[in-house]
Amino acid sequence: MAPPSSRRSGFSKKAQYSVFTGYLLATLGALLGLALLALSLWQPSALAPLQGGAQDVVSPAGRAGATVRAGSGSVADTISAYWNAGAQNATLREEVEIARIRLAEAEAVAAENERLKSLLALAEGEIEPVATTRLIGSSSTSSRRFAYLSVGRVDGIETGMPVRSARGVVGRVLEVARSSSRVLLLTDSESVLPVRRAADDTVAFAEGRGDGFLRIRLINLGLNPLQEGDVFVTSGAGGYYRPGVAVAVLTELTSDGGLARLMANPSATDFVSVEPIFAPVAVGAALVPVEERIDSAENDAPSAQGGGGN
Amino acid sequence: MIERLAPTARADRYGNRINRARSPWRAASVPYATIMIASLLPFLLLADVVPLLPPLGFLMFLGWRIMRPGLLPIWVGVPLGAFDDLFSGQPFGSAVLLWSIAMITLELIETRFPWRGFWQDWFTASLGAAAYIALAMVVSGGPLTMAMALATVPQIALAALLYPFIAQVIARFDRFRLSRSRRIG
Repeated sequence: MAPPSSRRSGFSKKAQYSVFTGYLLATLGALLGLALLALSLWQPSALAPLQGGAQDVVSPAGRAGATVRAGSGSVADTISAYWNAGAQNATLREEVEIARIRLAEAEAVAAENERLKSLLALAEGEIEPVATTRLIGSSSTSSRRFAYLSVGRVDGIETGMPVRSARGVVGRVLEVARSSSRVLLLTDSESVLPVRRAADDTVAFAEGRGDGFLRIRLINLGLNPLQEGDVFVTSGAGGYYRPGVAVAVLTELTSDGGLARLMANPSATDFVSVEPIFAPVAVGAALVPVEERIDSAENDAPSAQGGGGN
Repeated sequence: MIERLAPTARADRYGNRINRARSPWRAASVPYATIMIASLLPFLLLADVVPLLPPLGFLMFLGWRIMRPGLLPIWVGVPLGAFDDLFSGQPFGSAVLLWSIAMITLELIETRFPWRGFWQDWFTASLGAAAYIALAMVVSGGPLTMAMALATVPQIALAALLYPFIAQVIARFDRFRLSRSRRIG
């Protein structure tokens, strides 16, 4: 198809000028974009209110979408469950047998834990979540991995709060708008999470790779003690996440650790809970320069910025 | 006695040709509305652990530009890109920059190849989408790794395969845009 003849400027001075102006405006627009991009990469918080406001506006639609998604997701699950019912029944029965044994063992461990804690006089209550909500949306086309929540500053959400589902850690609140907030998912390439192996105390970092896997990097280098199938839980280091929440399962070994798959896939989660920062003092202390005393900077500790670029 | 004509005899695909005109509001607003809805749609879908969904807003924008040259002014990448940036999760300004560059590039391609067909349009759109996804990854603000680059391959493939469908959708919207709805006299 040839372009419409009306777009050829010919000898008309007016048409020639308007074509020229179009090119000029487009070039200026590109330069404006470049400037905005540089600003938002340099100072991520400068333009965040703009995006936060827009998220606030569309979050009701997202909430409706999340409800529909939760309903429609179960239809496919129901059909597939029906299809596999026979084989699944046998496997599940076997699993229940094993689980009962493990449960009894766990009860024993819990009782012993209780005894040891009472010896140490440690008081530990259940952590009350700040909010329980659905993930309303995500950056599903960008190479960055963000999700959005329909709760925000008015609900008491603050930057840095951990977000978890029933299966494990989902991510951490990165930016808070009035009634919505942005979550940095664990698979984002800027996300780093201190973890330990559930079975023992092998400590490591779980870094997002941007391709759906977490890279487990051991802190103590040497002989790699990991095995496929190892479960990693949060270690509590850094102060954001409370210790002992499931994070990932190792699927592949590398020389300095391995690759792990997430426990809590954000697209499969239904409800997530936002928990308070585990140890705000530790988070604040990490922001204080070494030369300064911690108590002198303690006053502004709670407004800890949640690391990780944009 | 004049025989009654078939009701479709004086109509074309835009509707009745007598006594009807197209609505100027609809003719001007449909491209912008569809591009903005396409920008918003991926925000409402819940992502998997890897980016799989192609940038629908950009594909729609590319489609309108390729199928109806001259309909969108050349500087339109600024407002539409800014809207896309609000919801894409990219740092603000990345779509403003990339959509403006896309507009200028397509204008140059059109000057070079004035006669085009569907296959060439598909080729242009696929190349454009691939370049867009790669550049968007570069300016996303995160560190660049090989794993991330490999993760965009399915997204690029899906974007290339989606163009014929997008072209169909745009053709439907274009027919709706130009349908004669206003009654004259």
